[in-house]
Amino acid sequence: MIEMRDVGFGYGGADLLSNMTLTLQSGMFHFLTGPSGSGKTTLLRLCYADLLPTSGEMTAFGEDVRQLTRDGISDLRRRVGVVHQDTQFLDHLPVAENVALPLTISGQGVDMAALRDLLGWVGLSQHARALPPSLSGGERQRAALARAVILSPDLVLADEPTGNLDWDMSMRLMQLLIELNKSGKTVLVATHDLNLIRATKAQVAARVLRIANGTLHLAGADL
Amino acid sequence: MGADFRGLNLKAMWHGLVRDGGAGDRIVPPTGFTAQLTLFSAGAMAFLAVFALALALATGRLAERWSSELAGSVTVRVSAPMDEQAAQTQTTMQVLSTTPGAGQPRLLPPEEVAQLLTPWFGPDMPVDALPVPALIELPIAGEDFDAQGLRLRLEAEAPGAVLDDHTEWRRPLVTAAHRLRVLGIVSLLLIAAASASMITLAAKAALAANGQVIRVLRLIGARDITIATAFVRRFTKRAAVGATVGTLCGMAGIAMLPGMNAAGGFLTGLGFQGWGWLLPLLIPVVAGAVGFFATRWAALTMLGAVR
Repeated sequence: MIEMRDVGFGYGGADLLSNMTLTLQSGMFHFLTGPSGSGKTTLLRLCYADLLPTSGEMTAFGEDVRQLTRDGISDLRRRVGVVHQDTQFLDHLPVAENVALPLTISGQGVDMAALRDLLGWVGLSQHARALPPSLSGGERQRAALARAVILSPDLVLADEPTGNLDWDMSMRLMQLLIELNKSGKTVLVATHDLNLIRATKAQVAARVLRIANGTLHLAGADL
Repeated sequence: MGADFRGLNLKAMWHGLVRDGGAGDRIVPPTGFTAQLTLFSAGAMAFLAVFALALALATGRLAERWSSELAGSVTVRVSAPMDEQAAQTQTTMQVLSTTPGAGQPRLLPPEEVAQLLTPWFGPDMPVDALPVPALIELPIAGEDFDAQGLRLRLEAEAPGAVLDDHTEWRRPLVTAAHRLRVLGIVSLLLIAAASASMITLAAKAALAANGQVIRVLRLIGARDITIATAFVRRFTKRAAVGATVGTLCGMAGIAMLPGMNAAGGFLTGLGFQGWGWLLPLLIPVVAGAVGFFATRWAALTMLGAVR
């Protein structure tokens, strides 16, 4: 799915990430943890080709990410659903249309019944016609998750999805991600919240990766 | 970073332009001042383009008319001493009557000559008292008319007769008309270029204002063609609608110009004639095309900077 071998990346200066070797295993639930500024978001951005590695080799779904055309990058992003901490929407469109946006931009028709089901799954049936600015933080994250999965992607990435949420709302979102994983999706969640990782691991088998000093390690048994 | 035009699927762009946009159109938020700017500038430019087109067409007709009218006849002026005037005029008439390619010569009667002199001497001048030369109008009836040969014959048989084939008058008039026509065409090109610049600026402003929208769309997998088409369709429609209104106003203005007689000939023929009235209807089409390409260029340039 996503494979990195000795991948390095830097924002012009010294490498933020170096000798990063990673294989995201299909159908697996992954956590990516590490202190703030350690490169979690950068690693996720590499996964959906928002950034390109400055060294090493990286493939996504069997394709060398450096060789992808702009359309190739678009195709990759349709196979990877992304939930950001500060998810952005098109504020002039109602929630339902925002959630259906990946279908719209890929020229696929919107199955209204399926869309209603999806909104119901994330608990936003009542907000289908609301505009994004009127949503709370938790609602925005759930709307973002619905948008991320509407194309039934192979991989779901979540970058600090619970960063702005209270514990109950965080666990509610994690439940959705767990359900996705149980339905066969590969999930990678970047978070620095170790309690969240422990609580999730109590419900699903998860692989925890830790970034420290620019390199990636498998976390110890404490996680 | 420049736009990658080679990667552009023109066919897909065209289909995206003509089909019903539906939800795809809604991905671009409605914009205020850029919409009005595009509509207004397209309308104003189309209004001016109608007049430039009318000028180009009218001067073309004028050049053609002056050229053909003046080339259709020659004038022979007979200036001889008073006692030889009648004889030389008679000889000249005979020479002209037997000139190949020439029609029937006509000696202008004294009233017509007086009428020609009126602008210079006024209506009360006793023209009969002046040594006014005799004027003979000779229509050219065939292509075998040889002005130079006639000139030599007149020189030999009636030395006081001078042939004027209007070349001296015609050339500067026709040249002036042609230059006016070029001026009209250059004006049309400048108007198209100015329209393209304004639409590009408006499109760039709209794209810059929607940078976040573009970023979101790219992140969820939108292709450049999809994003560009949403902007291109909107600006092409605005340019075409604005230009349609401007063109209709311009055509109405042309239709309301004083007629040839009412204007005393000053605005002779400035306007459209017959099928020529259909030509300005091409202006909205051209404006739409200008909007299409200007916005496409702006959109692709902008998108090239967004990964």
